[in-house]
Amino acid sequence: MIAVDGPLLWAIYVTLATLSLAILGALFRVLRGPSLADRVVALDLVAYLAMGFLTTYAVLVGEETFIDAALVLGLLAFLGTVAVARYIERVRSGEALVDS
Amino acid sequence: MIAAVAGVLMLLGTAFMMVAAVGLLRLPDLYTRMHAVTKAGTLGIGFVLVSAAVAFGDVSVATRAVVAILFVLFTAPVSAHMIGRAGYLGNVSLWEGTSFDDWRAGYDDLQREGGGTVSEHGVGREDSPAARSH
Repeated sequence: MIAVDGPLLWAIYVTLATLSLAILGALFRVLRGPSLADRVVALDLVAYLAMGFLTTYAVLVGEETFIDAALVLGLLAFLGTVAVARYIERVRSGEALVDS
Repeated sequence: MIAAVAGVLMLLGTAFMMVAAVGLLRLPDLYTRMHAVTKAGTLGIGFVLVSAAVAFGDVSVATRAVVAILFVLFTAPVSAHMIGRAGYLGNVSLWEGTSFDDWRAGYDDLQREGGGTVSEHGVGREDSPAARSH
């Protein structure tokens, strides 16, 4: 692990601030997105951004365990997206209850 | 030197993820938003993870970063495909500026062709000498 100071520390701060703004923007799309699929795509991006945030934070504090957490987060995001996609298709074919 | 490389990679990844978020907010319909999120998001995550691997300079961290990158590269297209398909089948409307709809243009013909082939096949089998002899 190299020393985190100077330009790297600056880059980490910029990254954390930018990713926070990007997560807020994606959450705005979750609130607004006209269809359920839009919301799922937005939550997918929130998961990717949280993965990036965790990885950057791991570099900041020098704790490599956070990278494992990012990996697990990506796995959960994929499973959730697939589950909701199947749900939307079943709602269309009338197999599941529609609540809207 | 290593710190500079890690910092540049990290900022590059951040720029890609910012592009993904802006695309999600600004693009007009589900399908264009999905393409922004999948492509830019995947590249952004990849750059940030490579930056972490460079900063730690450690085989175990590099291995986990490579595994995470491969995982995202394999799953992002799959989930985007499933969501796009579900959205299309769920009648999420396309942007009015869409130049053509490949599925609508080709899928109905494909269905008809497939059905025709199956029925012809069935008729052919009934009339075939092998079917008559049984």
